[in-house]
Amino acid sequence: MKIRLSAVLLGLLMPALVLAGEYDLTVDRVQIDTGDFVKEGIGYNGASPGPVMRFKEGEEVKINVTNNLDETTSIHWHGLILPFNQDGVPGISFPGIKPGETFTYEFPIQQAGTYWFHSHSGFQEPDGAYGAIVIEPEGREPFRYDREYVVQLTDKHPHSGDRIMRNLKMMPDYYNREQQTVGEFFSDASENGLMSTIRDRMAWGDMRMMKADVEDLQGFTGLINGRGPEQNWTGLFEPGERIRLRFINSSAMTYFDIRIPGLDMTVVQADGNNVQPVNVDEFRIGVAETYDVIVRPKDDQAYTIFAESMGRSGYARATLAPEEGMEAAAPQLREPARLTMADMSGMPGMDHGSMAGMDHSNMEVMDHSNMEGMDHSKMEGMDHSGMAGMDHGDMMMSKGGANDPFYAKGSGLMPTAANGGKFLSYADLKAQDPLYEDREPTREIELRLTGNMERYIWSINGIKYEDADPIRLKYGERVRFKFVNETMMTHPMHLHGMWSILDVGAGQWNPIKHTVSVNPGTTVYMETEVDAPGQWAFHCHLSYHAAAGMFRKVIVEGGPDSTQAKADAVNEEGGEA
Amino acid sequence: MSSRLSLTLFSLLSVALLPVAVHAQEMIDDTTARKQPLTTWGVQFEEFEYRYSDDDEELGAWNADFFYGTDDFKVRWLTKGEYAIEEQAYEGLENQLVGQVPISKFFDAKAGVRFDTPEGQDRTYAVLGIAGLAPQWFEIDANLYISDEGKASAELDVEYEWLLTNYWILGATFDTTIAFSEDSEIGIGKGLVSTETGLRLRYDLVDRAFSPYIGVVHERKYSDTADFSKMDGGSIEDWFAVIGARIAF
Repeated sequence: MKIRLSAVLLGLLMPALVLAGEYDLTVDRVQIDTGDFVKEGIGYNGASPGPVMRFKEGEEVKINVTNNLDETTSIHWHGLILPFNQDGVPGISFPGIKPGETFTYEFPIQQAGTYWFHSHSGFQEPDGAYGAIVIEPEGREPFRYDREYVVQLTDKHPHSGDRIMRNLKMMPDYYNREQQTVGEFFSDASENGLMSTIRDRMAWGDMRMMKADVEDLQGFTGLINGRGPEQNWTGLFEPGERIRLRFINSSAMTYFDIRIPGLDMTVVQADGNNVQPVNVDEFRIGVAETYDVIVRPKDDQAYTIFAESMGRSGYARATLAPEEGMEAAAPQLREPARLTMADMSGMPGMDHGSMAGMDHSNMEVMDHSNMEGMDHSKMEGMDHSGMAGMDHGDMMMSKGGANDPFYAKGSGLMPTAANGGKFLSYADLKAQDPLYEDREPTREIELRLTGNMERYIWSINGIKYEDADPIRLKYGERVRFKFVNETMMTHPMHLHGMWSILDVGAGQWNPIKHTVSVNPGTTVYMETEVDAPGQWAFHCHLSYHAAAGMFRKVIVEGGPDSTQAKADAVNEEGGEA
Repeated sequence: MSSRLSLTLFSLLSVALLPVAVHAQEMIDDTTARKQPLTTWGVQFEEFEYRYSDDDEELGAWNADFFYGTDDFKVRWLTKGEYAIEEQAYEGLENQLVGQVPISKFFDAKAGVRFDTPEGQDRTYAVLGIAGLAPQWFEIDANLYISDEGKASAELDVEYEWLLTNYWILGATFDTTIAFSEDSEIGIGKGLVSTETGLRLRYDLVDRAFSPYIGVVHERKYSDTADFSKMDGGSIEDWFAVIGARIAF
């Protein structure tokens, strides 16, 4: 961290020596061909997805963005730490980029890793306005690889974003084609008995909630690097090589469960930040998250990268192969996910007996018993060999991840690996090299994630963005955010401008992320060192949830000039001895 | 100690960043569409159909609504009618314009006016109603009407759907009207006026935008209303075979 900071310092103090790069992006109307359908969309430099922007840590970048649309646009650099007026959110960072205008972003690159960029205007991002960012670190990385590929996923839908939003508002189940049918009633009845099936349907009918309410938006074609399953994006390798795959989920609405049958994956980075390596068979990538994994295919054969949507309504597929044109079998989709009463347990007024208080028991188990004493073992185990994280993961939960503490106990969304092996959990993520000192938070802010599916209203603490006051933070404080998910949907919460230190119970080794996924019926904590003055967006990254109100403006009051004394005082009170 | 060090570094960094911060523009107010209430609109023809009765009567019928507004307030135009093809006359023609506000998680209250302009006497009503989703997935629409003649009546509309598959859907509708006083000019007797029960099997052909269906509809008039109808040479009970499409966009 010190190296990073001093590098930035150096960079700022000696402008003459600094790396500088100038880049041009145009925002254009483009055609998007998924193999299943062709549609009009928005892209960068004439294509969707846009180019992979490659920066170097310590570089001063200048990016000229020219808007060739007939509407205002913007680019948000997702996960990058930068001055707030460069963050690209119209109405919060800047007014936006008008048609025909060129806006020049200028900011220092203060980090390394895999990130992405996208429009923050209207539904331009679901319509195709996104691209990848790869930042080369200044120093050596704690893992080795021979080649790398960006693997950028999206859920391309034949409808435009505006139309999708309107349809969801008119009929919230407009796109849901995994609903329970009469046939499922009879098959459940023969399996679980008629009475218990009737009781089950009555209980859900009483709440007016659907077990099948996992994916609001179905009917998409999963794309990898802009290519549909039939178009089969292919990354080449030579057997024995280590390949770094930079997975980025740029979907509007879809979580993907990713596996490469036949290959172990070693997760080395989450949201651009190095984590202690974890070997997994499969992992779930939330909307807007990134995971970097290393695979080492030894055989002269093709491997399928298979990304099933969490609700199993669709998939993306790509191939790793020694030669162009080779392919391996694509697996079948698993059965559609069904929510359980456990996923409803966060809803106020839903007293389902044993369900109450579940969050606590869940999280406590994780925080205390499982995690204790792990810090030590981890510090010793930092041999970077790719095996370090694994034992911990197994210690913590049964193999297969069927007890992931970040899901409500008994949740219908609880992931399991298709091959019965290890499924990545947030609990497995430990920072490789903590960016911040661990210290007591100065205060806690509770954010209840709330909504009304029947009206397709999404909100925070029951209040939509249009009616909400900003969240005010003070420069220099460390805030502990408590997310309580009272809805039956998963929300990937994204705070702009400052890191989200996800509490996995690992103390100073808690991973830092930019997007924190909060599952139904769970409580998740994250902490933020408030080190970036200005105003920032903070929202659910599901495009239609954000647009329906699950969004906040965060104002950081004070700044490095005025609040140094205050920050000192805060540190004295709350800092570690 | 180390935290102190990092803080020092931090403040140094901050000083270094200061020129950027000063250069930064003021914190602007969010006046973008995101900060405005989301305005949406929609059109739904729940019924748009041809009816053929057991008396060989042919009708064109529709039941549709158009809405425009926000979560907090919507304007809704509801229109329904029955057009007798042979007589070239509207047996029923009803238009409502209502404002709609949410009153609970699943229900809205509505208020507005209704204009009935079928063949024969016209009526204008004040409308007060609720609409929403009741437990166990029953769609409810209940209205109270007071006519310009000062006559009050109430109407209850209930819908339920069975998903045979995720594309083949069997929809049941039940609609009943009760009059609190007689309005003989338009053939309404006091008490239970009429019921209309329908069963329609549809297939979602194009998303949920276009879903052709076939079905049966049963209409029945009761007590004094039935008598008025008989005196007028009309029927008390009708069965219809229907073919049509549910349309939403």
